[in-house]
Amino acid sequence: MFEAIAFYLFSFLTIVMFWITVTTKHSLYALTALAAGMIFISAFFFILGADFMGVVQIIVYSGAVMALYAFGMMFFDTTRELKEKPTKTRLVPILGALAALLVVLMVIAPVVGENITAHYPIDVAIGNSQAIGMVLFTKYLVPFELAAVMLLVAMIGGIVLAGKMMDEDYSSLSEEQIDEKEGAVS
Amino acid sequence: MEITLTHYLVLSTILFSIGLIGVMRRKNLLMLFFATEILLNSVNVALVAISHYYGDFTGQMFAFFIIAIAASEVAIGLGLLVLWFKQYNTIDLDNMKSMKG
Repeated sequence: MFEAIAFYLFSFLTIVMFWITVTTKHSLYALTALAAGMIFISAFFFILGADFMGVVQIIVYSGAVMALYAFGMMFFDTTRELKEKPTKTRLVPILGALAALLVVLMVIAPVVGENITAHYPIDVAIGNSQAIGMVLFTKYLVPFELAAVMLLVAMIGGIVLAGKMMDEDYSSLSEEQIDEKEGAVS
Repeated sequence: MEITLTHYLVLSTILFSIGLIGVMRRKNLLMLFFATEILLNSVNVALVAISHYYGDFTGQMFAFFIIAIAASEVAIGLGLLVLWFKQYNTIDLDNMKSMKG
């Protein structure tokens, strides 16, 4: 009973938040709504007994990814309204419906087959985080290490791409000096 | 009134459709990134729900790796976006039609 109430409440909240993210004209509203939606998503993970995934969702998505977006948005002009030319064709809703149908088929297809057995069965005796650690560091060790290397590459790539011309301290310069520098750059 | 796997799959499909609508109608690249995050999250919900109802850890493992991939995608994508904004002063998708470089 409580599970049903929680499910419907968080479904409603998540859908509303993501809908705001997709439709709003202010990028700051979109960022905030997306962060809220991420936290509501983690509620599903807790309902489903995947405690570790819920915590990772909050830390990585609402913490790291959203902070990264917030830092990125400092570079862009986020205070003015987004001027987006709306797509004129009727194609968008049709394509959206078709894609959604395709997703339903993709999701339903393995569920229809009933003869699915668990490779790594969930043991209720040990906690979720402990069990995840045991599976992750035995069966999924190589993907785990690859993901670590990929994150390192992404971090170095992000620093190299965005970090150019950041060795100058603009806050300690006067307005004239900054104008001079900007003129020299552009 | 019990919540079954189908409930979660339908919810995941709704969220995925919202993300698809966002990808198709947004012209601002940052907003496109947000829509991509919605797509990834909806898939995560489906994977964890299947993992729970079939008593198998594989779904949670895949959701975990998807989160790692999403994090690196954001790092690289925002780096490229900042670079583009410094050079052209816009992140509108319509201004990226030429491949002049």
